[in-house]
Amino acid sequence: MTTTSHPVSTSVGHDAATTTPPLPEMRRRSARRVLGWLRFLPHAVIAGYLFLAVVGPLLVDYDPMVTSITDRLLSPGSTTSDGSTAWLGTDGVGRDVLAQIVLGARTSITIAVLTVTVCAVIGIAVGLVAGYVGGWADTVAARLIDVLIAFPGILLAIVIAGLFRPSIAIVVIALSAVGWIGFARVVRGTALSLRERDWVSAARVMAVPRRSILTRHVLPFVAGPVVAMATLEFALVVLAEAGLSFLGIGLPPTAVSWGQTVAAGKEYLEIAWWISTFPGLALALLVVCVGLVGDQLTARYGGKR
Amino acid sequence: MMRMIGRRLALGAFVMWGCVTLIFVIVRLAPGDQASVALGPDATADEIAAARTRLGLDEPLVVQYVSYLGRVLRLDFGESYRLGQPAMDAVLSRFPATLQLTVAAMAMAIVAGLILGCLAGGRPNGVVDRVLSSTAISLQSFPTFWVGIMLILVFALHLRALPSAGSGSLSHLVLPAVTLALPQTAIVARLTRSSLAESMQDGYVQTARSKGLTEREVLVGHALKNSLIPVVTIIGIQTGVLLGGSVVVENVFAWPGLGSLIVDSVAARDYAVVQAAALLIAGVVVVLNLLADLTYARLDPRIRVGAGA
Amino acid sequence: MSEPLLDVRDLDVFLPTRSGPVHVLDGVSFSVDAARTTGLIGESGSGKTMAAMAIIGLLPAGAVTRGQLWWRSEDLLAVSSRRRRQVRGREIAMIFQDPLASLNPGQTVGRQVTEIPRRDGMGRAELARTATHLLDRVGIPDPAQRTGNYPHQFSGGQRQRAMTALALAGQPQLILADEPTTALDVTVQARILDLLRHLRDTEHTAMLLVSHDLRVMAHVADDLVVMYAGRVCERGPAQAVLREPRHPYTKALVASVPAVRARTAIADPLPGSPADPAHRPAGCAFHPRCPLAVLRCRVERPTVREVAPGRWTACHLAEADGLPDAAEVRP
Repeated sequence: MTTTSHPVSTSVGHDAATTTPPLPEMRRRSARRVLGWLRFLPHAVIAGYLFLAVVGPLLVDYDPMVTSITDRLLSPGSTTSDGSTAWLGTDGVGRDVLAQIVLGARTSITIAVLTVTVCAVIGIAVGLVAGYVGGWADTVAARLIDVLIAFPGILLAIVIAGLFRPSIAIVVIALSAVGWIGFARVVRGTALSLRERDWVSAARVMAVPRRSILTRHVLPFVAGPVVAMATLEFALVVLAEAGLSFLGIGLPPTAVSWGQTVAAGKEYLEIAWWISTFPGLALALLVVCVGLVGDQLTARYGGKR
Repeated sequence: MMRMIGRRLALGAFVMWGCVTLIFVIVRLAPGDQASVALGPDATADEIAAARTRLGLDEPLVVQYVSYLGRVLRLDFGESYRLGQPAMDAVLSRFPATLQLTVAAMAMAIVAGLILGCLAGGRPNGVVDRVLSSTAISLQSFPTFWVGIMLILVFALHLRALPSAGSGSLSHLVLPAVTLALPQTAIVARLTRSSLAESMQDGYVQTARSKGLTEREVLVGHALKNSLIPVVTIIGIQTGVLLGGSVVVENVFAWPGLGSLIVDSVAARDYAVVQAAALLIAGVVVVLNLLADLTYARLDPRIRVGAGA
Repeated sequence: MSEPLLDVRDLDVFLPTRSGPVHVLDGVSFSVDAARTTGLIGESGSGKTMAAMAIIGLLPAGAVTRGQLWWRSEDLLAVSSRRRRQVRGREIAMIFQDPLASLNPGQTVGRQVTEIPRRDGMGRAELARTATHLLDRVGIPDPAQRTGNYPHQFSGGQRQRAMTALALAGQPQLILADEPTTALDVTVQARILDLLRHLRDTEHTAMLLVSHDLRVMAHVADDLVVMYAGRVCERGPAQAVLREPRHPYTKALVASVPAVRARTAIADPLPGSPADPAHRPAGCAFHPRCPLAVLRCRVERPTVREVAPGRWTACHLAEADGLPDAAEVRP
């Protein structure tokens, strides 16, 4: 006897589900495989940026101090006076835009890597102590965070970076001032839940020193959410750093950065759109890719923003 | 309920004290004190010493801190050496423009974000959902100043439809407000979508369906209100972020708000104005958080009425 | 017997999962008579809740249904989604398992209970009276006061009463109750069951009671449908089925509950674990756990047949006078 001998009528789910494919559900294998490879496209793009950041100065010959009146405001693809091609055009004082983008990547990524590292270290330390020790340590950390988030992040960064002498270090400090909070929250949550797990309790009962419990039994579990958080923070730092350098705050004038190039291009917007446009696109592409990787990591580790 | 408000007010007062202290610490750590900055590079050592004494900078740090706290409590934020007027007056004269911009941007973001979020969340994995989730990521990934410049390029320079800079009319408001609203729209829409999609899985939604309501009635009548709590939180937070974050966009559009005042004051080391502006924004953020808390209570009777039958 | 109110014929339900569609209901047939309580019993995974969800039309997104659901003179699987919605709440209502999750935390109980009449345009004063009356009917004390309360201000038992009031609001002819007492304290369970029995007696509403608890069934069910791994194994009048099971699975179920089994107070737990509908054994799905299983049970799927008047069973070995003893079957 067959079970489906009376297929008189077929109805599908409730109202919300009318788009369901018919039975049996067929999955297009090849399409899935292509999508599977596409997942790694953002990783590849980020690797490209990192490569540029490391070897960029070897690839392009660029001195921010050297200007050339004859090569001013050349449109993308023009030939410059020394015979080379300005693929993305030149700026108001005749400097190559592509070269600025390559060197800007170096600045941007250096600052982002340093900032994320500083934030992660501070955030993990604070989060572990607040979550694992709890009590007064947790309260102090919570109140400190309450105070810091009362300032919109970029404002605090502007005040700190603007009042001190311009340098990469001060930009890193300014962006780290609030950047560690996300890490601290994620780590605190994980540490809090681990504290009551059996093996941690067992270690505690056996009088294992608290520091060893933290480093051996708690820290490894924090790694996943921290990595997910780090990618999100990286994207935010790249955006914030560009904002600061757009305002001309924090970095010394000799530094090359995307924000500065966009700002410099603004006054030529009507006649030379490319100066402001391309650095912004380069930045956005990096941030989109980092964001996509971050989403994949967040989905895998369940870290919270 | 009253206890909750009391607790939030106490926390708000604490946070304000923390902000005042933090700003004090940053200003003291910064190189170059108020006296030498205010008198300029040509001042003699004697003049600077006299100014330091007058400003109380010779006192021990603790004494300076206490007298600073006292002045802040009396709402005396000092004089702007650059503008020659009380610092808070300068800040307050610029604040309405920033507030106008922030409110306009947030209003757009809330309306557009809620509509898009409902369309996407009501039908997860539908067309709106897919388009939204991919555009939302890119909207949040472009730096706002660059988006502003691109909008100027298209709407002001090429189409000549809107002014590129300045203020005074509604048309001046459009471009900066849209620039600020775009990423906020993405944030509100994404959160509304995920919160709503989660609510649509809840038991009471099944109950509502079992009453014979249409999907739309279920969404609007039951799921939406319960999924708004995280959205209200993020709106509260993001309004504060906009107040500070509009600094960059104000710069792009030459909008005469707090942003340009802060940037100029930081560059000129006009500490009094920097302090007054930072404290004003922090105060507004604290008030916004309190408002968000009160809104939860409106949305969730479990907070409002208290537990127990 | 007169025409049944609801007649489920050869109902198949497929649910989408990661590893492909799962056949969670396989040729399920049973009926519910007017003004009677039909119990749908089985272990978790037996498909009993899916059957209720299929009847009210609230299966998870992506579920595919086949077969017929005759509701009086129309097949609910063939009507428009608009008609389906009309049936929901007004003709067939549902009480869910967890009353706290199933009530909207953000609305007063009175508002939720009267949503159907409010959609029909009933006036304010009339709505308030209706809400009070509904809460009164399900035995909530001081009903006029309580309509303005929120679900979190109700106790567990009161919430389930409110849920029942909500189901009654549309004056349905059939109420589906999915494990209505499982989330409640034992003492409260009995009172809710008394309420459901009282409603059947006074309002003549038919009920399909879904539960894994045989004691609940013994308490309120008139007819019983026993399900295993997405199939019906036995159906018939509740008392007769419980007293003289005609399917080894029912027999094992009865034996596993001390209160139902009259002679001894010791329960015989059912050996093995319930069959997973995704990996249903060939032949009779129960054969791996069945003490009577013979070769035929492993290869041939038993049909549901009438072995005695009103007694239907899906067991090859069942006869008019009952099941054979294990000793007779095994060599």
